[in-house]
Amino acid sequence: MKYLDEYRQRSSIHKLAAQVNDTVTRPWTIMEVCGGQTHAIVKYGLQQLLPAQLQLVHGPGCPVCVTSLEIIDKAIAIAARPEVVFCSFGDMLRVPGSNGDLQSAKAAGADVRAVYSPLHAVRLAEENPDREVVFFAIGFETTAPANAMAAFLARRKRLRNFSLLVSHFLVPPAIESIGSAADSRVQGFLAAGHVCAVMGYEEYLPLASKFRFPIVVTGFEPLDILEGILMCVRQLEQGKHEVQNQYARAVVRSGNMPARSMLEQVFEVATQDWRGVGSIGNSGLQLRSEFAEFDALKKFRPVIAVPETDSGCISGQIMLGHNKPSDCPHFGRECRPEHPLGAPMVSTEGACAAYHRYSRQVSTNEH
Amino acid sequence: MNIDCPIPLATEELVRLGHGSGGEMTQKLLREHVFPHLDNEWIRQGHDSATLPLGSERVVFTTDSFVVSPLFFPGGDIGKLAVCGTVNDLAMSGAMPLYLSCSLILEEGLPVKTLGRVMQSMAETAAEAGVKLVTGDTKVVERGRGDGLYINTAGIGALSHSLPVGPQQIQAGDLILLSGDIGRHGMAIMARREGLEFDSPLHSDCALLHGAIGALLDAGIAVHCLRDLTRGGLATALAELAEGAGKDFLVQEPEIPVSGPVQGACELLGLDPLYVANEGRFIAFVPAHQAQHALAVMAAIRVSSDSKVIGVVGDTPPGSEPGSQTGVRGRAVLKNTLGCERLLDRLPGEQLPRIC
Repeated sequence: MKYLDEYRQRSSIHKLAAQVNDTVTRPWTIMEVCGGQTHAIVKYGLQQLLPAQLQLVHGPGCPVCVTSLEIIDKAIAIAARPEVVFCSFGDMLRVPGSNGDLQSAKAAGADVRAVYSPLHAVRLAEENPDREVVFFAIGFETTAPANAMAAFLARRKRLRNFSLLVSHFLVPPAIESIGSAADSRVQGFLAAGHVCAVMGYEEYLPLASKFRFPIVVTGFEPLDILEGILMCVRQLEQGKHEVQNQYARAVVRSGNMPARSMLEQVFEVATQDWRGVGSIGNSGLQLRSEFAEFDALKKFRPVIAVPETDSGCISGQIMLGHNKPSDCPHFGRECRPEHPLGAPMVSTEGACAAYHRYSRQVSTNEH
Repeated sequence: MNIDCPIPLATEELVRLGHGSGGEMTQKLLREHVFPHLDNEWIRQGHDSATLPLGSERVVFTTDSFVVSPLFFPGGDIGKLAVCGTVNDLAMSGAMPLYLSCSLILEEGLPVKTLGRVMQSMAETAAEAGVKLVTGDTKVVERGRGDGLYINTAGIGALSHSLPVGPQQIQAGDLILLSGDIGRHGMAIMARREGLEFDSPLHSDCALLHGAIGALLDAGIAVHCLRDLTRGGLATALAELAEGAGKDFLVQEPEIPVSGPVQGACELLGLDPLYVANEGRFIAFVPAHQAQHALAVMAAIRVSSDSKVIGVVGDTPPGSEPGSQTGVRGRAVLKNTLGCERLLDRLPGEQLPRIC
């Protein structure tokens, strides 16, 4: 297929892998921030092409995985209201809250719908004036502009029956948090190409200087990822710590200005709770006061029991790059994609689900 | 470090849509809540159809229900599907399909004209298949309690040959043949539901397969196993058969045909074509020395004219038992264009679209 096949071509990929092998002279640990990249790495088995000295660890960029238990419980409480049509991206439906997931809520009678776009939810609100349509606005800087647009349109259309349950995360504060951790093993980062397509990469420059690690803005196809890795290990081998842009076909330094301006109008930066990691200052987005009428939390004030804390969960260790999914004793045993014990086993972007689906050892039988 | 799971699980389990996906959740539901009540030697065979003694003859018996929405889609409709699905299930046992039943569950408010169109389509497909619709039933449910129209068909076929066909017959060295490109049915339905349009429209592959199977058997191909690819797609079928056979399969991903529109729709919607439903494709396990002959036979028949060898059956993994649910199992391994390998698992539940 045009614009994709070029980036999945065997000969170019093997050539880049050989260059990585030639470049690496000692052990390095690189984190790919985004779950989409984790998915591609394990789906295509890219680790099988790389030198053993180069370790890839999987970052916190899986929106399904980092969404807090509390917000999922609130989502289920809102969805259970008879007047509500609760719309969400598909993967969110199976993330376990304290007591079941959104699919179970649906089976118990809630009107829960998987949609592909928040604008679809806006349309549902227009078509169903007697129902309250709520969209679960989750994700990173990637999904935020479309969610901002939904709130913007809802205000322009004077919709009174539309609201957003917002749980947005920002990437740079997470990188800052990982870089500041005393026991961090990560020496270089592949930043998420689509996040930077929206935001640009200026905000990564101070991070690279402060922590003295290279950051390469990287795409999602196998060729992109290998090129990103090559650019990163070249810097590491040369002792450099710059921000480089591998994904130049989609990313410019200042990002997508109309999208950023839409974000700026609708959202403001706020403290955010990361599942398995904890609270990180200025790492999330919330609706500005001008858009308060579209805030589902303010509209429905869901009351939930205090959720069990995630303090013992290994998901935080995985998302910070300390452990791999296969280090967890539950992995592939009690915790499986059809019966997830934690969020990273749900989305195909979650490191555990990706590992389970694609990269359990082919040479040994694990069941 | 304490790594107990912090998330308590729901106490009362309800049926979810994923239980109908044909993957791991479906199997678990059957294993735990259906089979224990119905245990007998035929259920235990675990096939899509049962081969039964009837006097000195053997007949094959199967049933299938059709709940597709929308009722009409590019390349077919619920009526055509209801005939093809049951005929294909019979054909996969190597049987000649003969008689079908037809039970209709109609929702109050369904235009009778719509019912007429569906029935005409059933009649045309049955005529093409050479099967007779010989009995049936009609029920009407209140508006809002059905999705317009559901159909159940059951079918009987005759076994005229003595060749055993099934996962246990799969042997090391067998080649795995795929009858054409995958993912058309599922993506045609998804595209219609999501309102996606493509330059070349997506058509369901919904088709009768008994002609191709009959031709293989008539040509003297010692077919070891057949499976039509329905819910759960090619990957789920391969994973299940590897497990049932207790053997490892090695499948070459670059050999698996996927059309441009299906690939494009899958990329857009975040789905994997290996797990997307088909309604007119099958895989056949044949001895290696007969593979070229089998391909030539299949190439002459329209529904299987693009058949290809996609993989090979390897040895039995040490310690494995055929059909093992808990011990060492046969595995389906996929080798991609880069030469890297990964395991194919059953579809866990519904294939959920990814966020980004």
